[in-house]
Amino acid sequence: MRTSRAAAVAAVTMSLALAATACGGGSSTDGGGSNDSPKTLTYWASNQGASIEVDKKVLQPELDKFEKQTGIEVKLEVVPWSDLLNRILTATTSGQGPDVLNIGNTWSASLQATGALLPWDEKNFTAIGGKDRFVDSALGSTGAEGQDPAAVPLYSMAYALYYNKKMFADAGISKPPATWEELVADGKKLSKDGKWALGVEGSNPSENIHHAVVFAKQHGADFFTADGKPDFTSDEAVEGVKQFVDLMAKDKIIAPGNAEYAQNQSVSDFAKGKTAMLLWQSASANLKSQGMSEDAYGIAPVPVQSGAPGADTGVNSMVMGINMAVFKNTDNIDGAKQFVKFMTSDAEQKILNTAYSTIPPVSGAQSDASFNTPANAVLKDTLAKSAVAAPQVADESQFETAVGTAVKELWADAAAGRPVTTDSVKAALEKAQQQMPTK
Amino acid sequence: MTTTVPAKAEVRENSPGTADGPRRRPGRIRRIGLPYLLLLPALLLELLVHLVPMVIGIAMSFKELTQFYIRDWTTAPWNGLDNYRMSVDFNAPVGEALLHSFLVTVAFTLLSVGLCWLIGTAAAIYMQDTFRGRGLLRALFLVPYALPVYTAVITWVFMFQHDNGLVNHVLHDQLGITDKPSFWLIGDNSFIALLTVSVWKGWPFAFLIVMAGLQNIPKELYEAAALDGAGMWQQLRRITLPSLRPVNQVLVLVLFLWTFNDFNTPYVLFGKTAPEAADLISVHIYQASFVTWNFGTGSAMSVLLLLFLLLVTGGYLWLTSRGRRTADA
Repeated sequence: MRTSRAAAVAAVTMSLALAATACGGGSSTDGGGSNDSPKTLTYWASNQGASIEVDKKVLQPELDKFEKQTGIEVKLEVVPWSDLLNRILTATTSGQGPDVLNIGNTWSASLQATGALLPWDEKNFTAIGGKDRFVDSALGSTGAEGQDPAAVPLYSMAYALYYNKKMFADAGISKPPATWEELVADGKKLSKDGKWALGVEGSNPSENIHHAVVFAKQHGADFFTADGKPDFTSDEAVEGVKQFVDLMAKDKIIAPGNAEYAQNQSVSDFAKGKTAMLLWQSASANLKSQGMSEDAYGIAPVPVQSGAPGADTGVNSMVMGINMAVFKNTDNIDGAKQFVKFMTSDAEQKILNTAYSTIPPVSGAQSDASFNTPANAVLKDTLAKSAVAAPQVADESQFETAVGTAVKELWADAAAGRPVTTDSVKAALEKAQQQMPTK
Repeated sequence: MTTTVPAKAEVRENSPGTADGPRRRPGRIRRIGLPYLLLLPALLLELLVHLVPMVIGIAMSFKELTQFYIRDWTTAPWNGLDNYRMSVDFNAPVGEALLHSFLVTVAFTLLSVGLCWLIGTAAAIYMQDTFRGRGLLRALFLVPYALPVYTAVITWVFMFQHDNGLVNHVLHDQLGITDKPSFWLIGDNSFIALLTVSVWKGWPFAFLIVMAGLQNIPKELYEAAALDGAGMWQQLRRITLPSLRPVNQVLVLVLFLWTFNDFNTPYVLFGKTAPEAADLISVHIYQASFVTWNFGTGSAMSVLLLLFLLLVTGGYLWLTSRGRRTADA
C-alpha cells in the first residue's frame, strides 16, 4: 500500500507540476513594466537584409557592443515579415513577448490601439536623448495623432524607380520617366522579346497597398476620412487603383506572371535583367546580394501624374520604415530604453542604415556624408518633400489586408485577360470596405 | 507494476472483511479511490489540453474581442449573440463571404473525398493480385502520405507557377493543350490546383485502409462466387464492397473531417489570402480572426463550424449504422 500511495502522490505531483508549467511562467501584466531581470533583453528584429542570416551578421556585432557597454545581454531573433504581425499579436494576447521589437511603421496606430506597447511620452523620449533628434516625416508614422507615439523610428525608407541603364540605352531612352505617361511610353519600347518594362508583386497585399495609397493620393483621394472612417470607393481612389492595375491590363508593360509574385520575384527579375524598371524601397543592398552591380542601374523618383514631385497630388511614395517599440510588460524596462537609445544613437544609426541601404531617421546621422550618395539623395528628397504617411488609424492593418487583397484580385483579373473596368475596380474596393470593422 | 501487485493482493485479502463493518471504511475508500487518483493526472491534462481551450474559445465567441481588447481579453465587453448574428447574416458582406466559403468547402470536400476514395479503392483492389514489383508500387503509393505536408505542398507551389512551373511546361509547352500558360495559384483555376494537391495527398490513406480491409475478406467467398459464375464486376459489387462497408464507413468519415478542416494545404498553397475560388473555411476563419483582428467573430465562426461537423458526423453515423442494422436483420 505504501508503494501505491507513493506512486499516487508522485502522479498527482507530476500532473500539478505539468499544469503549472503549461499555464505558468506569466510575467507581470500591470502595464508599467518592471526591472526584475535587468541583465537580459529579448529583441525581435524585422528582416531587413537579403536573408535572416544576413540580418544576424549585421546585428550581432552591434548587440555585442551593447553588452560590452552595459552588461546587458540581448537575445536576438530575426522574424520574417510573413510572421511578424502574427507573432506580435500572439505576444500581445498572451503577454509573453520580447522586451524590444521592430514593427513596420504603417502598423504603429493599429498596434498602439492594443495598448501593448510602451507610449513614448516626454519622460521616455528624454531617456533616449529627446524627441527632436528624429526627423519629422519619420515621427509622423509612429501612431495616431494627438497620442504619445507607440514607437520610435529606426530606419527610414522610400520608394524609388530603379531602372536598368543598359536596357534603357538599348531602347534609345535617354532619361528615366518623370510622369506615368512617360513611363508607359517608355514601357512600350522596353516590353519586347520576352523582356518587360516593369515588375510588381501582385500577390503581396502590402506592396499593393503602398502603391495604391500613392496612386489614389495622386488623384487627390485618401482612403480614410479626416475622422478615420474608411472611404475606399471615391471616384479618385477608384481611378488611382485602376491606373495602377492598367499598367498590366491596358498598357501591357508588366508581365502577366507578376500577378502571382509574392516572394520578391520582381526584384530577382530586375536583377537578372528580365524587367527594365522596378518600384521598390531601398533595393540597393538586395540587388547587390543578387549580383547586380551598382553601376548597372539608376535610381529616380517614382513618377507622378504631371510636373515635379511635391506635396498633395505630387506625392510619390509612402513614408516607409521600421520603428522600434518596447513591450509594456517588459521585465527590464530601463534596459529596454537603454537599448533603444543605443540603437538610435548617431553612431549605430550610421552603421545600421549603411548596412541596410536605408536612411537614418535621426537628423544627426542623416547629415553624415555617407548618406549623400545620389541614390540616397533621391530617397532623402522623397522622404523630405513628397512622401505621404500611412493612415494613422487603428484599423490600418485591416485596411492593408482588405484593399491589398482587393488589388491582388484585380491583378489576377488583368493577368487572365479579364477586363479591368472602373466598375470592377469600384466593386472590388466596395467589397474591401465592407470587410472593415464597423465599430 | 510493483504498485498494482500489492494492491491486488490486498483487495483479495480484505474482500471478506469489507462487509463486516465501518471499521474498514478508510481502507475501502483508499482502495476505491486509488484508480481515480491514478486517473487524475490524465484527467487534468485532458482538461487542460482539450476542454479548457475549447470552453475559452466558445466563451470568446460571445465577446467583442478586437484589437482594443486582446491585450487583456477578460476586459472585452460581452456582446451576446452579435458575432453569430453577423456570421449568419447572409445578406451582409461578412455572412455572405462565410456562406460562399462554406459552399466552396463543401464542394471541395465532396470532390476530394470522392476522388480519394475512388482512386484509393481502385488501387487497393488492383494491388490484391500478386505480381512482380507489387511491394515497390505499394511503397511508392504511400509516399505522398508519408511526406511532410509543408514540403509536399511547397513543391506543388513551384510546379503550379505561371512562368516556370512544371504543370504549365507540360500542359502548354509540350502538349499544347492550353493556348497560353494558365494561372493555377490565382483566379478560378486555384480550385483545381487545390483539389489536385488534396487528392494527391489524401488518396494513399484511403488506399492503405482499404488494402487492410481487403485482407479480411475470406478467399472462399470469391471462389464460391466464381463457381456460381459471377464475373469480376459482380464479385466486386456483391462481395468486395459489402465486405468493406464497415471499413468504408470510418474511412469516409475520417477523410471528410480531415478534408473539411484542412488548413495546411490551402495555407501553404495560397498564403494568408486565398483566392475566392479556393477560399476554404479554415483559412477563411483564420483570416477573419488574425488578419482582421476580430477574434470574437472568428471564434463564433469556429463554433458554427464545430456544430456543423458534429451534426454531419452524428447524422452520418446514425444513417450508416441504421442501414447496416436493417441489412443484418
